[in-house]
Amino acid sequence: MPKFFLGFILALTTALSLLAHADEAKPVAADPVLEQRVKAITEELRCLVCQNQTIADSHADLAIDLRNQVREKLAQGMSDKEIIDFMVQRYGDFVLYRPPVKSTTWLLWFGPFLLLAGGFAFLGWKLSRREPAAEALPASDMQRAAELLGASSETKEST
Amino acid sequence: MKRVLLFLIPLTAFLLLVVFLGVGLNRDPREIPSPFIGKPAPNFTLTQLQAPDKTFSPKDMEGKVWLLNVWASWCVACREEHPVLLDFSKLGVVPIMGLNYKDGRKEGAETLEKLGDPYQLSAFDADGRVGIDYGVYGVPETFVIDKHGVIRYKQIGPVTPEVISEKLLPLIKELNRA
Repeated sequence: MPKFFLGFILALTTALSLLAHADEAKPVAADPVLEQRVKAITEELRCLVCQNQTIADSHADLAIDLRNQVREKLAQGMSDKEIIDFMVQRYGDFVLYRPPVKSTTWLLWFGPFLLLAGGFAFLGWKLSRREPAAEALPASDMQRAAELLGASSETKEST
Repeated sequence: MKRVLLFLIPLTAFLLLVVFLGVGLNRDPREIPSPFIGKPAPNFTLTQLQAPDKTFSPKDMEGKVWLLNVWASWCVACREEHPVLLDFSKLGVVPIMGLNYKDGRKEGAETLEKLGDPYQLSAFDADGRVGIDYGVYGVPETFVIDKHGVIRYKQIGPVTPEVISEKLLPLIKELNRA
């Protein structure tokens, strides 16, 4: 149950983060290529102090330190993946804005599709139980109806 | 029967939603499960806060169950925690080591002088690097580390008398027996 909640919160905060576009922190390194990579990585990471912001967006002290660490590690030649692993090792999967697909996050990733499938199943079941539409009137009734209608229109004309 | 269902289905759905939201509201989003539980405490060597010529490393504590308490003079919640730690240290059940996190040497030492010092010593982590290695994101945080240097518990936020009696003491007892 708590796992489910974590997943739910992750999904919600991810959605919110798309809406929020705070002021980006000013780049520090002179090298724009490096800075671009720092930004790309830190945008994937959640700031643990203000949890709805990425490390790239946040002005929290810790986020600034972590940005510096990322910058330093890139300068040392570490790969993006190594840096992400470094963060996950310390702060857990919680830092990832894109939670990895694993047994504890299956509900998060596949839950919506499960709900959709459930919805379709329910709809199918409901439709199959629906009473068939009333049959068309027998020919004799139709004829009588036509006669009555014809008669009424004639009386209208005559008056 | 059908009419009853017509009421019951939305009602159950609603109650389910209330339960889910209720549980969600009562969870502290700041408490993130630490990936360190059951893992060896990261090693470091730092100078001591009050004795810059001496160092401290978790290796020095091998064979002992001990607490690593991350604190700072600028941290308000640490002030709240401080008297509790002082009382706890007087019991003498467990050595408490401080990690003075992103602080100034002068400010840190002065705080302890004024308020009392619950720590056997405090390691001085001026730039917060050791803090990052321990996954610290909100001070105060307290780690319980066992005789083999493995982290067994992490308290996020201030240690309270309840935390001590309900979590720390039983755990320390158990770890000391092992």
